[in-house]
Amino acid sequence: MTASNLAQREAAHIFSVRQLTQYLRGLIERDDALRDVRVRGEISNCRRFDSGHTYFTLKDEFSQLECALFREEAAAQEFSPQDGLRVIARGRITVYERRGQYQLVVAEIRADGVGALWLAFEQLKKKLEAEGLFRPDRKRPLPRFPGRVALVTSTDGAVLHDFVRITRDRWPALSILVVPAQVTGEAAAPSVVKAMAAAQVQPEVQAIVLARGGGSLEELWAFNTESVARAIAACSIPVVSAIGHETDYTIADFVADVRAPTPTAAAMLVAPDRAEIVRQVSAWSQRASGALSRRLAMAERELKSLAGRRVISQPLSLLDEPRRATDELFSSAKQAIAALLQARADSLAAVRGRLVALNPRGILARGYAIVERMPERRLVKSVSQVARGDQANITFQDGYAACRITQTGKENDDQRQQ
Amino acid sequence: MTSDSNDGKRAEKREKSAHKKAEPAFEQALHRLEEIVARLEQGEESLGAAVSLFEEGMKLFEMCEQRLKEARGKIEKLVESAEGARAEPMRPDELRGQ
Repeated sequence: MTASNLAQREAAHIFSVRQLTQYLRGLIERDDALRDVRVRGEISNCRRFDSGHTYFTLKDEFSQLECALFREEAAAQEFSPQDGLRVIARGRITVYERRGQYQLVVAEIRADGVGALWLAFEQLKKKLEAEGLFRPDRKRPLPRFPGRVALVTSTDGAVLHDFVRITRDRWPALSILVVPAQVTGEAAAPSVVKAMAAAQVQPEVQAIVLARGGGSLEELWAFNTESVARAIAACSIPVVSAIGHETDYTIADFVADVRAPTPTAAAMLVAPDRAEIVRQVSAWSQRASGALSRRLAMAERELKSLAGRRVISQPLSLLDEPRRATDELFSSAKQAIAALLQARADSLAAVRGRLVALNPRGILARGYAIVERMPERRLVKSVSQVARGDQANITFQDGYAACRITQTGKENDDQRQQ
Repeated sequence: MTSDSNDGKRAEKREKSAHKKAEPAFEQALHRLEEIVARLEQGEESLGAAVSLFEEGMKLFEMCEQRLKEARGKIEKLVESAEGARAEPMRPDELRGQ
């Protein structure tokens, strides 16, 4: 082996760093098994950049894996990665040439374990709330007497049976369209979304009940996904959510127009109680009869008082029209005359009152007296009409006295005081 | 005979369209009833008006009672097929609880 041969052979086996990295990259990226892998681990060293890309390390107690979550994928995740969370990341393994480092380019990140599920729940809740999807004014009322409702649920649970039984009991007129959907597992969310879309376009469906029996947080997870939440928000008819037990709150419950604590409660919300309506209607019927009979009694009384009138009691007198007219004239004339007489009597009384006031006797009663000079009986109004020695007559209220004037005097004269 | 079968067909047709359209009418009937009762109880109507209100009310009562007694909705299942989704009646055994 010559030196030059050796040199050639050596040269053929010397890579540049870049060449080796690209070679390895090719090996890794051509491997089908590494194109779609799922890795379980805990997030650490999570860095989020303004560009929207997020980088973190996925680790377990023995190893670690660098991960990149690019902007488009990051926006589509149920939640944002956060240190300490246990997750299952899905994606493809690539090589970052500049660092010579293999990494997982994440396509999807799912919560692994209850803590991460709760975080996902809280983050989605916050996001949708900020968008206004939970606003009370978005809630539409349920029709009071729905004719047909769609029930989106699994066909193998007890939910379907209970719902049908209860609605049948309460309001047998209700038609139910069961729209089967998967309510557990990976396929649940897309299955529910599809069923909702199908249900709302069926003819005459007035509301959708989205129901599922009780289960763990993981089992109810489909109802905490963004796709189901958006399907409910976009539904053209009111949606009743009835997921799990009373204490289970899902994102679906917040978005739905009405939240029923259980599927059984949803059946009672949707179907009015026939017995109650029957009671109501018969009470109204009794009140209407009562009111009408009172009205009739009133009419009867009116009729009786009418019957008392001559026109009704002696209808034949109607034939005697002219006489009736005369009678009426006569009676009104009599009334007019009576009124006149009364007026005259009243004015006479007034005149009499004035006469009484002028009657001298009235004055005498108050202690005054009338003096007349005798014998001509001339009323004496002034002292100058009499002189000493004159005869006079004094009239009191109850009699008279004859007297003679012995002295006269003018007012303020000294004589009078003597 | 022919008229009988015609009636039968018509009844069937009515049954189909009665599906749910009748229900808003039911609600309206209840509203009208409530109004009629209130007006009768106020007692301000003339006798003639009161009597015709009462008659209208009685017709509505009958209609509502009939509906409450007889109407039975359908229980159907949406089935996917080549031509698209289709509602099919559910069998009693499909409704049995587990």
